Parts: sequence; structure tokens; C-alpha cells
Amino acid sequence: MTAKTWTQNDPLYLDYQATTPTDPRVVEAMAPYWTTKFGNPHSRNHHFGWEAEDAVEVARGHVADLIGATPKEVIFTSGATESNNLAIKGAAKFYGDQKNHIITCITEHKCVLETCRSLQQDGFDVTYLHVKENGLIDLDDLKAAITDKTLLVSIMAVNNEIGVIQPLKEIGALCRENKVFFHTDAAQAFGKIPLDVNELNIDMMSISGHKVYGPMGVGAMYVRKKPRVRLVPLIHGGGQERGMRSGTLPTPLVVGLGKAAELAKKEMAAEAERLHDFQHRLYEGLRQRIPEIFLNGDEENRIPGNLNISFAYVEGEGLMMGIKDLAVSSGSACTSASLEPSYVLRALGVEDELAHTSLRLGLGRFTTEDDIEYAIERISKEVNRLRELSPLWDMAKAGIDIKSIKWAEH
Amino acid sequence: MAYSKELIDHYENPRNVGSMEDESGDVGTGLVGAPACGDVMKLQIKVSADGIIEDAKFKTFGCGSAIASSSLVTEWVKGKTIDEAGEIKNTDIAEELALPPVKIHCSVLAEDAIKAAIEDYKGKTGDADESKDAAE
Repeated sequence: MTAKTWTQNDPLYLDYQATTPTDPRVVEAMAPYWTTKFGNPHSRNHHFGWEAEDAVEVARGHVADLIGATPKEVIFTSGATESNNLAIKGAAKFYGDQKNHIITCITEHKCVLETCRSLQQDGFDVTYLHVKENGLIDLDDLKAAITDKTLLVSIMAVNNEIGVIQPLKEIGALCRENKVFFHTDAAQAFGKIPLDVNELNIDMMSISGHKVYGPMGVGAMYVRKKPRVRLVPLIHGGGQERGMRSGTLPTPLVVGLGKAAELAKKEMAAEAERLHDFQHRLYEGLRQRIPEIFLNGDEENRIPGNLNISFAYVEGEGLMMGIKDLAVSSGSACTSASLEPSYVLRALGVEDELAHTSLRLGLGRFTTEDDIEYAIERISKEVNRLRELSPLWDMAKAGIDIKSIKWAEH
Repeated sequence: MAYSKELIDHYENPRNVGSMEDESGDVGTGLVGAPACGDVMKLQIKVSADGIIEDAKFKTFGCGSAIASSSLVTEWVKGKTIDEAGEIKNTDIAEELALPPVKIHCSVLAEDAIKAAIEDYKGKTGDADESKDAAE
């Protein structure tokens, strides 16, 4: 068997943290809800409405089941960005006159950071925890940051750029002990690693559809019932989703997310094992062929589908141009239009010159063994070619410390 | 964002990659940019006794546009007098490679690299203005 050859117009997809293809089984499950079963799930008077409502409730059950929650604790949203906004702003608005302090972390997704910034303008205090070199928060920092004014701790489960898994159980325990709500953005974790809201003491969790082989445009949020978390809604209207999120639910999308959760529940363990093996092979394969590469983020506490690697002396964007037959990301997709290096890598203490040489390689459900071999071959060939073009590589080989040169920053 | 054929050609088949003897009296070296900003260009020119650029070499750390810009200017400066080479404008480079707006700084850097190499050469021959070479 010959491996598939990839091209610029048909590249190998290695960007599973940006989005995932919708699983064909998910598409199939969704299909009838566009056409024959098109009812409004909130219509109470006829078969079409009941049929759609039933499907929504089945989906809700699957989402709840994957995280050890009850279906009533799950509401559907447009995606993890909305869920993060709702969790943080909704709780802040409800409880703000009693407690006005929020703790989050500098490597959070922009939608958490920007939400917190907007609350600061409304008078809230926000503590942005730093991370250690491995990308994880220091629990002592968290402990020290909690005061009697702290309402909420919002720490992501898995980082979207470097794939590291935060110590959720310890964070949850600290929050519970101090009677502080714990919200986690689990967009990159849901369906990838086991999550149990009770075991981890999670009070709110944000979930995305398209990161877990479901459709784009749908997400969910877990909101704990006991002890109850109360939120002021962002979107007012007909009072759907227990009043927390008005608007007609998009039945096909919700069904898709439900199906994706059902599949993840069944396949997550085997998939994780397979991807862990691929991750290891890819990293080792690259290391054998290319000297001086550096993994960003903790090697152990990491989802199996992510590698973020600095290829010293070769600029990331320049490298991506050479591997156009691979779809990868430099920095995160949200910020790669800017020329600034990633704020996440900066937070880890990765120096700018090394941050500029970083690529995120994302593996997933449809990645094959051949794909891994292909990626190793292409990346190593191109990195080695570009190093021959790099004045910094020459200096490194000649033993010149790049930091000893007075560069004109521009 | 689609890059031009010219740009991709220079990126994939860069001209005049390499280094020349830095210490040599007839070689001028320009090293511009900064690793922390994501691009560094090293451009070297070898100048004949009558002031003609006989050879040029480059090495670049940077994006495709930076590599292509520096490759292009090594071709352009060869055969020119140092004064002619000093007149190459970043806008000419940007136009030739059809650089997108976010990549204009690459052409600016390439222009700076030529100027720095010329300054360095002039410094060696005692014919210098004040040297502004970033690497010194």
C-alpha cells in the first residue's frame, strides 16, 4: 500500500485544536432534523414539536452522561464562547453585589480573558494567575489569591495552544473548601479526557460542539444544581433553557452535539490510547531528525492530540509556507493574523525568538499512522532546509550566543 | 492569502544563499532585524576595486516574504555600483514580489540590509559615514 500524497490544495489536516471534522455518524444523526423532523422543539401542541423536543432531550442526556451530570444541569448555547461569557458574566451579575472578585489565568482563551476585562470595567476585581514553565497554574498562587470576596475561579481544563491539562481536581477541591464557584472552559477537554463534574467539583463547564467532531454553531454549558449556581441570562426572550438562554434551540445542531458526546463516551479511551501513541511517534520522529527542538507545555499532563514545538532558528510562518501540504497552526488561529508571538508561549517564559519558531500540531480521530510518517518526513526536511538559510543557525553552530548581539528591535 | 509566483519561486529556490568571509576587506556585511521580532537578514556584498558589486550572498531567518525579499535583492545588487545598489527602494521589492500589506516590513528590512552592507563596506575602505550597522 502506498501512502496518500498530500498537496497544497488537499493538505493533511493537523489542526484538530482549531476545529474537528464533523463525524459522518454525527452528520447522519442530524440529517432528518433539517428536513422531515424539522419541528420547533418548543412547540407544545403537535407531533413535530414533540419529536424535536424528544431529540433535544436525548442529546442533553448524552452530554450530561459524558461529564457525570444530570440532564437538567445542561443547557445548550451557540458554542463555548457564549458559554464562557454566560458563566462568568451571568454569575458576576447575579452575585456581584455580594462578591466582586474573579480569579482566572493569563493563558485562558481570549473569550474568557476579554469577558473578565469587560467585568473589570464594570468594577469587578480580577486576578490573572501566572503559569509555571510547564503551562500549569501553581496551586499555592490560587490558594493565596482567594479572598472572602472571591466569587468565581475560571480555569480552563485544557489549553488550546499547548494542550496542557490543568489540575482540575485540586482546583475544584480548593474552590469547594472556600465556597467559591469553579468554572472551567472545557472546549478542548470535553470528549478528549475523562471529566466528572462531581469528582472534580466543577460548578460550571463550557462545552463546544465543533471541537469534538460535532457541528459548529452549537455548544453547551453545565450549571450545577446542588449547590445551585444562579445566573443572570445574557439573552432574554422566551425563557428557554431554564431561563438562562432564550432562543429556539437549533435541533439538528443539538442532536449533532449529543451524538458526538455519545460517540466520545464509547470511543474516548481507545482513541486517547491511539493518539497518545501517534503523539509519541511524531515527537520522537521529529527529535531524531531535527536537533534542538523544544516541546512547549508539560509533557505528561497533556492531551494526546496536541504537540506544540519550537523549531529553533526557523521562523514558524516561514516554515508553514514550506509545508503547505500540512495544515498546521503557528500560534493560535485567533491571533495568527498578527505578527506578535503567542501570548500563551510568552506566559510560559518562552523567549520571543523561540516563540516565533513554534508550530502547533493537532492530531485527532481521522489521523492515521501514514499521516504521522508523512508529517515527520515533511517537517524535518523543511526545517533542515530552512536552517541552511538561517543566519541564526550559523551563529548557533559557530557557538555565538544570539543574546550577546545587540539587535535593532523593529 | 495567495502569494505571487515570484515570491514563491524565491522562497522555494532562493538565489545566492551562503556566506562570504566577513573579515575580508572587499566584503561588506549587513545584519538587520532581530530574532525576537521574527526576522533577521544577513546580506553580504563583495565589491571590486572599481566599486562594482561582484557577488552577493544572504541568509535569512524569517517568513517566506522575508526570505524572498532578501533573495531578490542579492540578484538585484549584483553588477551594480554601490551607489546604484544604495538606491534600491523597498517599494520596488514589494512591487516585484507583490507583497501583501502585512509583509511590507520584509521589504523595508531588505532595503536596510543593503544599506547596512554598503555602510560596512565603506567603513572598511575608510569611506564611511557613521556606521549604523545593527550588528555592531
